[in-house]
Amino acid sequence: MSIYEKMMSIDRRVLFVLIALSVVIPLLKPLLLPVNVTKEVKHLYEFVDKLKPGDVVLLSLDYDPSTMAECQPMAISILRQCFSKGIKVIVTSLARPEGLGTAEMALTQAAQEYHKKNGNDYVFLGYKPNAAAVILAMGENFRLAFPNDYYGTSIEDIPMMKGIKNYRDIKILVTISGSGIIDTWVIYAGGRYGVPVGAGVTAVMATDYYKYLQSGQLVGLLGGLKGAAEYEKLIKHPDMATKGMDGQNMAHLLIVFFIIIGNIGYFLGKRAKGIKGR
Amino acid sequence: MRTKIAERRVEGVNRGIIPLVAFLFLLAIGGRAGAQSSTDTLPPSPPSEVTAFDTHNDAGKNITINWKLSADDGTGRNTVKGYDILRSESRSGEFEMVGSVVAGISTFQDDKVENHRNYFYKVRAKDHRFSESGIVGPVQASGQWYNTNRTVVLIFVVIFTALVIYFVSSAKKGKKLYIRPIPGMDAVDEAVGRATEMGRPILYILGLSTISDVATLASLTILGRVAKKVAEFQSKLLVPCYDPIVMTVAQEVVKNAYLDAGRPDSYDESNIWFLSQSQFAYAAGVNGIMLRERTATNFYLGMFYAESLILAETGNIAGSIQIAGTDAVVQLPFFITSCDYTLIGEEFYAASAYLSREPKLLGSIKAQDWGKMGLIALIVLGGFFASIHHLSGFVNLFTVGH
Amino acid sequence: MRRQIPLAITLVGGVVMIIQYFIPHQISQEIYRGSLDWLMIIAGFTMVLGIGSLVIHHTDKLKHHREGWGYSLVTLAGLAVMSIVGLIWGMAGDKPFMQIFIYAQNPIQATMFSLLAFFIASAAYRAFRARSFVATLLLLSAIIVMIGRVPIGAKIWSPIRLVSDWLLDYPNMVAKRAIGLGVGLGMISTALKIILGIERSYLGGVK
Repeated sequence: MSIYEKMMSIDRRVLFVLIALSVVIPLLKPLLLPVNVTKEVKHLYEFVDKLKPGDVVLLSLDYDPSTMAECQPMAISILRQCFSKGIKVIVTSLARPEGLGTAEMALTQAAQEYHKKNGNDYVFLGYKPNAAAVILAMGENFRLAFPNDYYGTSIEDIPMMKGIKNYRDIKILVTISGSGIIDTWVIYAGGRYGVPVGAGVTAVMATDYYKYLQSGQLVGLLGGLKGAAEYEKLIKHPDMATKGMDGQNMAHLLIVFFIIIGNIGYFLGKRAKGIKGR
Repeated sequence: MRTKIAERRVEGVNRGIIPLVAFLFLLAIGGRAGAQSSTDTLPPSPPSEVTAFDTHNDAGKNITINWKLSADDGTGRNTVKGYDILRSESRSGEFEMVGSVVAGISTFQDDKVENHRNYFYKVRAKDHRFSESGIVGPVQASGQWYNTNRTVVLIFVVIFTALVIYFVSSAKKGKKLYIRPIPGMDAVDEAVGRATEMGRPILYILGLSTISDVATLASLTILGRVAKKVAEFQSKLLVPCYDPIVMTVAQEVVKNAYLDAGRPDSYDESNIWFLSQSQFAYAAGVNGIMLRERTATNFYLGMFYAESLILAETGNIAGSIQIAGTDAVVQLPFFITSCDYTLIGEEFYAASAYLSREPKLLGSIKAQDWGKMGLIALIVLGGFFASIHHLSGFVNLFTVGH
Repeated sequence: MRRQIPLAITLVGGVVMIIQYFIPHQISQEIYRGSLDWLMIIAGFTMVLGIGSLVIHHTDKLKHHREGWGYSLVTLAGLAVMSIVGLIWGMAGDKPFMQIFIYAQNPIQATMFSLLAFFIASAAYRAFRARSFVATLLLLSAIIVMIGRVPIGAKIWSPIRLVSDWLLDYPNMVAKRAIGLGVGLGMISTALKIILGIERSYLGGVK
């Protein structure tokens, strides 16, 4: 096998090991590269920042453990911002039942940091199947979809929920998800009931939602781990996302390097064989 | 001597100046107090041009009250703090406050009313005192039977439905309708044949959505046609399902396909089974099937999410021919890099019509094409009008409200 | 009759829900809320159906010792353990159910998702070859966006962020919108075909 053929057909396992090293090494030895804040993240941050103590925000943590690495830092950052400003938070998790555990983890962590009380400062409604039906039902009345919270307490007995009927009583709805439920929130909650919607999505999905930013259907958008790192920078609380950015930097550069090597091998191989391009 | 005189002079000055300063001080405070009390005696200018009407395009039990801002709100004496909205069920009856807004706001929606009951309203501008507008009414709330904000959607639905019915009828009457080749569907025969020659099974993934998703329904249609070919070729078809209801429908679809192909005895229900409703557990399960069974052909047709590349790359590692189709635009690039054929967007919806060549299904594809031509024309017109300042209102014709 | 009744239900249900969208009146909202309730009830019931199918399938594999029966044993054991543990001790944070979830299921699911990082590398390496003009454009766009979306990109070439944003905001958006419009029309067309009874695949047959 010529050198060019070898360049074009490197064993997958070599690629996998190099990718693993490019992520692990910066975690052990941080490079501390600066994170620049994009306008779509800033818009969401500024919207929440302008809210007053006592305002209510709906935060739907529609992800499960598989996308936790990207989504959990976003969720915790937004919760930190809300709790630090005295904003009350209603939390749901509508994508999958497995999302309940991750949602509760994020909520408990942020609430403990800011000494917030369940029922007074936040309420965790939990999960119900058929997200579209639940989203539409909450637009009429939260109690239609969730007569009780996740812990079994009747909504009527929760102090925070007095006077909160539906989307009209909340200032913004932020959904963090690794699935297409964002479209459901934008179309049904935002489109039908007019509540402002913000979103946090995995990096692979982010490009799909720029159209909603352009049309004004989304107030702001956090894309992947970088979006989470940007939000951490804005709330001045660098955490897991910021630490993970170094690994992401290196992995991206490595993939580009692989592509260049593969193409060099391809072109030099073609020239060596004297084949004219298609 | 001089000291005594100086002391007497200082004493004299003190005696004179202090009362003067005190007098001037009292004068100043009195004057200012006089000025304040003269402002406090006047309330702010009242709001004017108050109107109250049944809120449009709603289910009822809602009345909208609009008014012109007080002359002292943001201008004039600029003392207005906000407005109170008062309601009564008779003009001469007692008015109760039903809501308030801050200064600068000139509208309020009263959603605590009953339908078909008379209400009267007045609006009060307030600072330390208040002034009221005149009383407006009677006004009644009621539900509407048609939402005018959605007229443009209705027009589009009617036009598009008419197009579908027209072209389906034309096709049923025998009119020949051309549909361009779809390479992924042309390859189905080749893919199934390859699997038969190699003696390895065919894997069909219906996607990770429920039966109510249009993509799943489109995939079930294609499954029926693929299953018929598999039955004719006497190959093995594996259909691990993400959703239990989709599984039951898929079992019926494949069973009928085998019946149609005249091979009911070859049908094995255990080849269509429920795998998992957890995204990555499902992906892990399918990966295991691909690697253990060494499937010759993989079909990925339906709604997919992040697991798309995991499935497609594993299939690539296993050396399978792969045909994918999805309406999840964000997953298309992953399928394109890893699969041999990819149906992009509507090609996936057209696939069932393409495979069956049924006139009714081809007719609906034609309607889609005409619908697209209409949208393209609107986009061109919209771009033109939006670029001309005094014609940019054209774009507002297509706004859909709540 | 077996086909006529479901077709009639589909037609009536589809037409009623289309008309309901345009009617804001209270009666229309009641119909809408009622159908939402039914959707939630049916969705909850499908879990029972799924568990039944899973148990039957894997029990059958175990009984007949078919290839891969060991995996079926693990599946059934997992289902049994989580159900028993959840029913006896509940699902609160410090209970075994949640501990198994946090320390077993979370890492496994996160691991599966992280496979994407490796597979993207191998897919990009294999597929991004400049075989044609269009493939070269794809390749260059991918490189610019990959480097432009991470902070180190600005250090390598400062305008790359702007170029990357332009690629995402314009060519990418145009393509996605165009495909999205086509998909939207396709969805409406398929939905109409189902409501009007032209498409009957969901009834379990090709005819």
